[in-house]
Amino acid sequence: MSKSDPNAPKRLALIASKGTLDWAYPPFILASAAGAMGWEVGIFFTFYGLTLLKPQLTAAVTPVGNPAMPMKMPFGPESFQNINWPIPQLIMSNVPGFNALATTLMKQTFENKGVASIEEMRQVCVEMDVRLIGCQMTMDVFGFKREDFIKECEIGGAATFLEYAADADVQLFV
Amino acid sequence: MDVIKEDQVLDCSGMLCPMPVVKASKAIKTLEVGQVLKMVATDPGAPPDMEAWSRQTGNELLRSMQEDGKFVFFIRRTK
Repeated sequence: MSKSDPNAPKRLALIASKGTLDWAYPPFILASAAGAMGWEVGIFFTFYGLTLLKPQLTAAVTPVGNPAMPMKMPFGPESFQNINWPIPQLIMSNVPGFNALATTLMKQTFENKGVASIEEMRQVCVEMDVRLIGCQMTMDVFGFKREDFIKECEIGGAATFLEYAADADVQLFV
Repeated sequence: MDVIKEDQVLDCSGMLCPMPVVKASKAIKTLEVGQVLKMVATDPGAPPDMEAWSRQTGNELLRSMQEDGKFVFFIRRTK
């Protein structure tokens, strides 16, 4: 439905370009909130964002090069949980397994606080018929195949997304 | 304050954005037009979000209040 139709619902067009755990949230949160308000939503997954369409999500987070990321513990008394651990970037980038640890801690913190997992958020989007468009060019560059991604997504290119975004009320790049 | 009689109760306690609006949108679709959904949430972002959700979906937010430290909403399905 195009915008020229006065009865058309509002439309949100998103670009998801990042595949880390922290940046996986914004597109799925915005998409599901828009869907809940009756909007039509499409997300174009490009570059590292394309990995968010894999059946098994392995999105991780790294505090390295991410100095604003709070380092908090998801257990213990609240006063302990609220401590922001001042771990130097030099140490974090040299300790093997630090990213895996940071990912585990962030997932646990999110779960404790009542944030849905990326898997749940994506499933909500699928149930709301959010249009999930995987970037063909990124697939070609990184050597992915159609069957590497969930069946609910479609594959397209820049023109596919832009045609959809041209009729959108809100367009955002994440 | 008049007592509003709800037809269904949805507890979103402990859930953060965007789950309260996502759950509310699912629940309201299971009601008949004119029926009322009572939604309970603990997310401090829920009051402004439920107002925006109501304006966007057209479902009527009859009341938004605080009760026992929780946020309580009464929403009438309008269409």
